[in-house]
Amino acid sequence: MSRRARLWLLAPALAGTMALVVWGFTGLADFGHFQGAYGNLLAKVAVPERKATDIVVSTTFDYRGFDTLGEEMILFTAVLGLVVLLRELRGEQEEEEEAHDDQEGHAGREHRTSDALRIFGFGMVGPTVVLGVYIVTHGTLTPGGGFQGGVVLATALLVVYLAGRYAAMRKVSPLPLLEAGEATGAMAYGLIGLGGLIIAGMYMKNFIDPGTKGSLLSGGFIPLLNIAVGLEVAGAFSLAFQEFLDQTILLRGDGGSE
Amino acid sequence: MSFLPYAVAAWLFGVGIYGVATSRNLIHLVVCLTVVQSGTYILLLAIGYVGAGKAPIFADIPLNSKVVDPVVQTLTLTDVVVEATVVALLLALAMQAEKRFGTLDPDELGVMRS
Repeated sequence: MSRRARLWLLAPALAGTMALVVWGFTGLADFGHFQGAYGNLLAKVAVPERKATDIVVSTTFDYRGFDTLGEEMILFTAVLGLVVLLRELRGEQEEEEEAHDDQEGHAGREHRTSDALRIFGFGMVGPTVVLGVYIVTHGTLTPGGGFQGGVVLATALLVVYLAGRYAAMRKVSPLPLLEAGEATGAMAYGLIGLGGLIIAGMYMKNFIDPGTKGSLLSGGFIPLLNIAVGLEVAGAFSLAFQEFLDQTILLRGDGGSE
Repeated sequence: MSFLPYAVAAWLFGVGIYGVATSRNLIHLVVCLTVVQSGTYILLLAIGYVGAGKAPIFADIPLNSKVVDPVVQTLTLTDVVVEATVVALLLALAMQAEKRFGTLDPDELGVMRS
């Protein structure tokens, strides 16, 4: 199809869709006047019931825990697909480039990273990991949770890449470990849900005593789910970063970092 | 200007769709898709906003405070996670396409299949 024909096809379709969208928006409550029955109810009952002060997290992992299981599986499957797609690609390229890989070698690439960047980067790794663990474990109390903290943990890996070398990054995060972390996190979430079925008689039912409001272990099984999700997200995103970096480095035929 | 957040959401949605349909590069196409999804974040958060409401986190505010809707915030979190994974998967597909057909232009992908 020519571009002109496509634009002519797009114009009425987009205009129609946008008209529907605008028409739909006119039926919404005025900005700032929303009265959601579920939201209002949760804002009232969640803290007395679950003792977790972050309602977004107690909704995500407890009241909507079953949906989050599906969300986790989306993440798991998507990263699995990504790994399958990119590794097939890598296999082909490695065969092609095996010949001159030996000649070029990977030495002499280190000098590309400046000392300042390297020192700053390695100094950042520790705080980044601590911040990530803090966000995962304090999800029940303050803004954060497994998803957000997991992403912060995965960025620690990128800081290592930025500061040091690709080889150093591979050393601190061997692929089997990342894969195992991702799979363990996904499985743990399902198993904790199963604990609800066994102990409380319902899948994904909170079966642990919620404790006292404001303590680190409040919220029953919510901190456990946060850790499971944090592990999975950290594993999944590190795996994705690493697979993409592998591709970049293969395409450049480069063992170091920019 | 109480309709402004909705207008922004609709604008991002429309502009993103236009970008996807007219894109000449698969990476650009994926970015346009994220623009469409940004519209959904704005829409969800705008719907859930309650005038002068606080964040639904009772760590340091009294229990009877007026807060914004926590359910749409949870949905936005799901939205963000799904977007991140879909983008990663689509970028991997784009790399495969580039490898197979030697181009990132969606118009040329079909032609070169023979």
